Amino acid sequence: MIEIHGVTKQYGAARVVDDVSCTIRKGGITSLIGPNGAGKSTLLAMVSRLSRLDAGRITVDGMDVASTPSDQLARRLSILRQENHLTARLTVRDLVAFGRYPYSKGRLTIEDRDHIERALEYMNLSDLRGRFLDELSGGQRQRAFVAMVLCQDTDYVLLDEPLNSLDMKHAVGMMRQLRTTADELGKTIVVVLHDINFASVYSDEIVAMREGKLVHQGAPSELMRPEILQQVYDLDVRVHELEGSRIGVYYR
Amino acid sequence: MVALAIVAIVAYMTLESRGMWEFVLPFRGRKIAAIIIVGYAIAVSTVLFQTITNNRILTPSIMGFDALYMLIQTIIVYLFGSSRLLMLDPQQRFAMEVFVMVVFSSALYFWLFVKAERSLHLLVLVGIIFGTMFRSITNFLQRLIDPNEFVVLQDAGFASFSAIDQTLLWVAAGVIVAISLVIIRMLPMFDVLTLGREMAIGLGVNYRRVITVTLVLVTALVSVSTALVGPITFFGLLVANLGYMLIGSAKHRWTIPAAALLAIIALVGGQTLLERVFSFNSTLSIIIEFFGGVMFIVLLIRGSVR
Repeated sequence: MIEIHGVTKQYGAARVVDDVSCTIRKGGITSLIGPNGAGKSTLLAMVSRLSRLDAGRITVDGMDVASTPSDQLARRLSILRQENHLTARLTVRDLVAFGRYPYSKGRLTIEDRDHIERALEYMNLSDLRGRFLDELSGGQRQRAFVAMVLCQDTDYVLLDEPLNSLDMKHAVGMMRQLRTTADELGKTIVVVLHDINFASVYSDEIVAMREGKLVHQGAPSELMRPEILQQVYDLDVRVHELEGSRIGVYYR
Repeated sequence: MVALAIVAIVAYMTLESRGMWEFVLPFRGRKIAAIIIVGYAIAVSTVLFQTITNNRILTPSIMGFDALYMLIQTIIVYLFGSSRLLMLDPQQRFAMEVFVMVVFSSALYFWLFVKAERSLHLLVLVGIIFGTMFRSITNFLQRLIDPNEFVVLQDAGFASFSAIDQTLLWVAAGVIVAISLVIIRMLPMFDVLTLGREMAIGLGVNYRRVITVTLVLVTALVSVSTALVGPITFFGLLVANLGYMLIGSAKHRWTIPAAALLAIIALVGGQTLLERVFSFNSTLSIIIEFFGGVMFIVLLIRGSVR
């Protein structure tokens, strides 16, 4: 369980995250939605100790992220950010192998190698293992980064816009993969999503933010309502029941 | 590469040696030892600095080490005169220079990075500004002093491997071995740091502590080599990048030794050329930058670089 108590982040006078409190339960997929600048990424960065909190407290399974040793946390929680620039030239396998660093500290055991193979297979990267990351398409590269995070084998996996730069087919593939990861391996996955329909179809819970504040939290059936989405996005969204899911239509 | 380094060393030791071996070997041996220490220190410090800044076109010299070194020399000459600079016991001078450089940079790191928790890039920028300031003060003081004394100063501004105190070599070697032992333990961590700050933290690296420790190590390496022979960090960039290209892997277990060997080959080879072919009529930096530059361009054109 991730518990967030009165968390605030300020850059100068601007409060990017403003006194947010919520609980993300263990297991399943939780989506963070909201317009640009709502503070979703910042909140995720604070949960994963990449940014310091200006106020408040965050615990992951009772461990305070501000005071727990970083390497201990790295075995419980993994994070993938939106933009990942690498200066070094790495192969897919090398990158994925870094996911084992919290356990092996650089010396891979047979068990680590198994984890790497499984992660590669899981993200359909087995054929690409020897390729350099700069020789891959955006989508393949994104999958390689997700494979690295999965290879870290943590209970909690935080992904900041994992669908970025993926086409429709790969976006669906990625979300399905995350769904199976949550269901079969029992992981807790927290994703920042921009497509409310992906959030509606794939998540167990949705957290909606706006201007640094938490506006709503609940199951997709509770959250996918025109009045709520209007409040979150300032946009007319008509919600239809389609094939058992609630789909928002907002294109015109 | 190991073989090439040995060939270069043997060539330097034996070429055109007229006279007694008992004299030639220790005489040249001391120079070779200095070259190996300095080459190693520069290569390692550059690779580590590039790793922590995630930037392959930086060298620690932009943090103003060379400039600070020159400033120290200039201040001594300005206050006490050139005779004093030459009279100073080399061991005391070495100790003082290393001390000032390490204290200055540690203060800078502590102030900006640990206490104010600013980003590494701000730290580097402030380092650049300090470097410029030191250079300006140096220039200003140099205009005030006697032209004869200026010549002495100018000489201190070029790296020289001649006439190095033997005790200092042992001290420098000791410091460098100690630093290397720390580095060996941190090697896998440096690999993780190449992924960038956020991924490194995500993988459980204690980022601030590791960066601070690495900066101190880099400073110590640069200070030792600069105080030993003078400013010569210019070619760290070259050997580090050549190392990455030749190795083709980002693992520090390979890139650090490769860069260090390249540095030794370049310096020893350059010194051999300087002494035997150009009979000291040039400076080492010109030779190294010329051949290094040519090699760099050849590698670029051959497309072994990405």
